[in-house]
Amino acid sequence: MPNPARPPLEGASAAREICARHGDDPAALIEILHDLQEAEGHVPPDAVPEIALALNLGRAEVHGVLTFYHDFRQAPEGRVELQLCRGESCQAMGAEALIAAVCARRGAALGETSADGVTIKPVYCLGNCALAPAARVDGRLIGRASAERLDAALDAALSEPAR
Amino acid sequence: MIRIFVPDDSAARSVGADEVAAGIAARIPSAEIVRTGSRGALWLEPMVEVETPQGRIAYGPVTPADLPDLLDALPSAGPHPLRLGPPEDLPWFADQQRLTFARCGITPPLDLAAYEAHGGLAGLRAALGMEGAAICAAVLDSGLRGRGGAGFPTGIKWKTVHEQSAPRKHVCCNADEGDSGAYADRMLMEGDPFLLIEGMAIAALATGATEGWIYIRSEYPEAIARMTAAIEVMERAGWLGEDLGGSGRAFRLRVRRGAGAYICGEESSMLNSIEGRRGVVRAKPPIPAIAGLFGEPTVVNNVLTLAAVPLILAKGAAFYRDYGVGRSTGTQPFTLGGNVARGGLIEKAFGVTARELIEGFGGGTASGRPFRTAQLGGPLGAYVCDEQLDLPMDYEALAEAGAMLGHGGITVFDDTVDMGAMARFAFEFCEIESCGKCTPCRVGATRGRETVEKILRGENVAANMVLVEDLCELMRDGSLCAMGGLTPMPVLSALRLFPEDFDRAPAPVTEHAAE
Repeated sequence: MPNPARPPLEGASAAREICARHGDDPAALIEILHDLQEAEGHVPPDAVPEIALALNLGRAEVHGVLTFYHDFRQAPEGRVELQLCRGESCQAMGAEALIAAVCARRGAALGETSADGVTIKPVYCLGNCALAPAARVDGRLIGRASAERLDAALDAALSEPAR
Repeated sequence: MIRIFVPDDSAARSVGADEVAAGIAARIPSAEIVRTGSRGALWLEPMVEVETPQGRIAYGPVTPADLPDLLDALPSAGPHPLRLGPPEDLPWFADQQRLTFARCGITPPLDLAAYEAHGGLAGLRAALGMEGAAICAAVLDSGLRGRGGAGFPTGIKWKTVHEQSAPRKHVCCNADEGDSGAYADRMLMEGDPFLLIEGMAIAALATGATEGWIYIRSEYPEAIARMTAAIEVMERAGWLGEDLGGSGRAFRLRVRRGAGAYICGEESSMLNSIEGRRGVVRAKPPIPAIAGLFGEPTVVNNVLTLAAVPLILAKGAAFYRDYGVGRSTGTQPFTLGGNVARGGLIEKAFGVTARELIEGFGGGTASGRPFRTAQLGGPLGAYVCDEQLDLPMDYEALAEAGAMLGHGGITVFDDTVDMGAMARFAFEFCEIESCGKCTPCRVGATRGRETVEKILRGENVAANMVLVEDLCELMRDGSLCAMGGLTPMPVLSALRLFPEDFDRAPAPVTEHAAE
């Protein structure tokens, strides 16, 4: 049981609420982690024991799932997420050069966050292979992506009020 | 009032379909804008169609910049440089055999009345009047095989589940379409979601399953939203829920999101993921048909497999079986991607050649440079060279040639591709996506990447080539699933067909130091 003397921690109450919404069903763990990440921007470390308790799982099991899937992150990221596809179809249309150009323009490597708040991530197929290279800017799919088109989309996303 | 059709498929939207729809709405306020799926000619997207008494007239590819003068032509379907005429008459569509994708791009995806008006629900209605065993027999008779890549006869799988006596059974749709070059599942879920639901409901009737799951990769948020909405529509209409179409039998269907793990396209990993666990491969036996989700009898089928079923029930097994060649019956939605001039979805009976698809439909490379290779069947599929393009696309012919059909994706490369880099990438991809359960895959992928890197640096090239071949044999024979077992396929095909790309000069002191 949680120690009542312990002060409430960041993410813990959100985790409890989301678990309850899913009926504290251990089979819904991945959905719960998705929902929590959408609400908090990441899965806070404090959430892990709360989820384990609610779903009657071991902390190690929750940690294992959290770290298995590429989607989940345990620390906050930049304001805007840029996914750049590295699948074969996109590589056939110059994805590697595009990635190098975008990273140089933003001053951040793949997997890093730029000073202006763009987290650049590799992704392996966005299902837009006929209109390669493909990218996503905060969930918006972009086909026939070029460094210029991505710049425009990123600047637009950065100028929107914070989510 | 005029009706104008604009796709809201995510590929069409990725090149401006929303902006085009908004532009038309702003300039022709009297127009009814109908958003549909995509017909699949992605090279023509956004493709706009206007309704006329003679049928629809298409224009494409339409950019927002084309709108000012296009808007004058649109209401009367008049002449314009982008006017394509009736889409059905375009050779690109006329030469296809659309069975599964017959409706995609024509009807609004969430309009159940339109779905029914275009032949939807006929298969499910037929199935409601049949015994489960008879449904399984019809699917078996059709020769339908699993479209996810393995090609296992669907009817046998269903029959196995049907014969299990268990308090609860499941139908799981594998929509974790992670292969680069493949996007047919995505297009179908976004463009004709009721067809997949109908197929799953038929599977439930056939096997006695009451629980349905659609596992969709998180990279497809549009498909997740569309399928979720379509399930609600079908529930309200009484085709899902506690009383499937008045049969008195329950079929509860829900969507589960993936979380960015390619391995969850492997069926046992997917089952673990649906159960909320790490997507680690399970050892077989037992097969999922006997002990699958939560240890209970489970049908696991790909989106395209399930979506082929309604037509089989509606028109009979023989109708479907008449398409295709040998033991590859029916049609396959092939998807063209990569460096191809006219990329998109082509549904054809098995037996069509890769050359007809790449050169005929695809029009060769997008860059205009010479073709060098195509990868068939996704990241675990073989690279083929020009001479192999005349192979018929069917399960057996490709397997005999050391290649595979996979999920029907075809990725085209021009002559600038570095096959050394692609072989290295095949190992790297396996390294990133391996679930880690078995050693050949987990360790082999890393060692393979390192060894290819040595070759590409010119270190002991001959010895390291032997090492890679040896490692590939071990991974193929010793891995638990297709991830490690098939990674050798792209690597070895690249090595054997394009040895010149691996014949690197040793230690690059200067670039042309040694030959």
